[in-house]
Amino acid sequence: MNSNQATPGLSFTAESLRKKFRFSEFFAEKLITSVAFLSIALIILIFFFVFRESLPAFKHRPKATTEQQKITDGNKPESYGSSGTEAGSPKPETHYGTGASAGENKPETYTGSEPAAANKPESYGLVKDTSISADEVNQDESLRPSSGQESEGTLSSLFSNEWFPVSDNPRYGLIPLFVGTLKVTLIAMLFAAPIAIFAALFSSSFAPAWLREWIKPAIELLAGFPSVVIGFFALMVMATFLQNLFGYETRLNSFVGGIAMALAAIPVIFTITEDALTAIPASYKEASLALGASKWQTAVFVTLPAATPGIFAAVLLGVGRVFGETMIALMATGNAALSGLNPFESVRTLAATIGAEMAEVVFGDMHYGVLFLIGSMLFIFNFSINAVAEFYVKGKLVKKIQGK
Amino acid sequence: MKEAKIITRDLTLHYGQKMALNSISMQIPEKEVTAFIGPSGCGKSTFLRSLNRMNDLIPSVKITGEILIDGLNIYQKKIDVVNLRKKIGMVFQKSNPFAKSIFENVAYGPRINGINNLKILTEIVERSLKNAAIWDEVKDRMHDSALGLSGGQQQRLCIARTLAVEPEIILMDEPASALDPISTGKIEELIFELKKSYTIVIVTHNMQQAARVSDYTAFFYLGELIEFGKTRKIFTAPDVKHTEEYITGRFG
Repeated sequence: MNSNQATPGLSFTAESLRKKFRFSEFFAEKLITSVAFLSIALIILIFFFVFRESLPAFKHRPKATTEQQKITDGNKPESYGSSGTEAGSPKPETHYGTGASAGENKPETYTGSEPAAANKPESYGLVKDTSISADEVNQDESLRPSSGQESEGTLSSLFSNEWFPVSDNPRYGLIPLFVGTLKVTLIAMLFAAPIAIFAALFSSSFAPAWLREWIKPAIELLAGFPSVVIGFFALMVMATFLQNLFGYETRLNSFVGGIAMALAAIPVIFTITEDALTAIPASYKEASLALGASKWQTAVFVTLPAATPGIFAAVLLGVGRVFGETMIALMATGNAALSGLNPFESVRTLAATIGAEMAEVVFGDMHYGVLFLIGSMLFIFNFSINAVAEFYVKGKLVKKIQGK
Repeated sequence: MKEAKIITRDLTLHYGQKMALNSISMQIPEKEVTAFIGPSGCGKSTFLRSLNRMNDLIPSVKITGEILIDGLNIYQKKIDVVNLRKKIGMVFQKSNPFAKSIFENVAYGPRINGINNLKILTEIVERSLKNAAIWDEVKDRMHDSALGLSGGQQQRLCIARTLAVEPEIILMDEPASALDPISTGKIEELIFELKKSYTIVIVTHNMQQAARVSDYTAFFYLGELIEFGKTRKIFTAPDVKHTEEYITGRFG
């Protein structure tokens, strides 16, 4: 009766059910885990690297200004006097004054905006500039304590309205870059979001199956389109076409850039929106159709609202794509750091600034640091956009829409 | 037998090459409950969905024969499907309220018909909810999400939503199959009430349910209508042996 030990046929024995150590499974599991953590760690490391490289911007500034003020004091007192205070474009001499007004081309070279255009005089300026800053680096260490006051001034130059990183008196105002980036992003999204969403709605709700099988992959292929090609197209074809169409003055401007970037963002928004729309259960659509709603009413009043969280996420990802887009911005926006709100003005975006100037800065220079600072900002911005897309959508918005 | 509301003549339906309904001819009486029974895949849901042309949504479907409602062939080319469906409500197997508030769920049908006056809408919503026997449970939370309701409540809400469009015929595709016995009981009581004003066609897997709620029963098997008649007769003395075997649970 109580032969629980001896019976050979009994399968529930401590022996047969003893825990076994499965090495291959253990190994595979650990491997997968470590790869996953490695990828996360890499991203964090990249961010720290970028951010660390931007530190020189904070360190070097005080000395840079001091040095330059010393040197320049001898030559052109007036122009530098204005630097701490501000925008006063009239006071400084030729290049600075004109730089503030959009039209002039000559001074623009000083802003270093057009790498290709680097003229001979310019390059001299550059060399001089860098040598100075190199000296400064050395002196700076010793000067640091005394320069506390000035660091405030330089820090505030970040918030100034002028981006003249390679002039004799460099100013690193990020505002025009931010304004430019936001302007381009806004224009791009105004174009891309409606087009992509309606295209997705068409594809998911109206297109016959055979057409849908073509549209979706075709648009998704566009997502892999090299942005340099889109930029090239915008630069050579769209810019001229749009200028003839609207008759504005500057050929390359935020409008052209925005539309070109919309081309890059549409596939991103389309794909995710389409997925969100297709994921709406057929029972929703059937319920609406059975109530006597037309296809159109069903799509707009039932499918679209139900997919709102997904569409919201799609648009945010599109924003992220445009915000960080470098090549198209570099090629199609004109790259003049202007902070006006006119969409037909040239602009310079954050990403394009890095793209255009990184190759020319001196390692460890203040300019170098500021570019990395911009890089960190892009990183933080895109990170927050994606975080919002992820958490807001999964949390609040879903609750709000479904009222749970 | 009351006057026939829906008459089908030789209705044959193919999904691509596969025949799903084979020459179905029947007369569904007005303001009675007609139940379709039969094993899974026998075509009863397909038949139900051809009555309001929901099968049109499936591209591969081909239909021959005719369906007359009040003497009018609804498969004529001139018929506007959207308006047809307003006259023929449908309740689905799985309750499918929209992700909107309770009020908006019921108001959706009238709204798409162009009624935007809030006072009229409120009246319609209240009346529909009362007719669907759910008013007392939801009147204090009209603006909460419909997805917060229980399964049985959601199904009755879907019925209210259907009633709000004022159809003449209500098609129900296994409306209680996902519900517990108490909710099922409520739905059945509701069907009993509704048949005073509506012609109801219900598909069910539950033999007892068919026996309880319906006046007429049709037994489908492999795409064919095997037997159709008064529920009492089908369940007590069916003409066809097949029907008897199915009802007594010997196959299916």
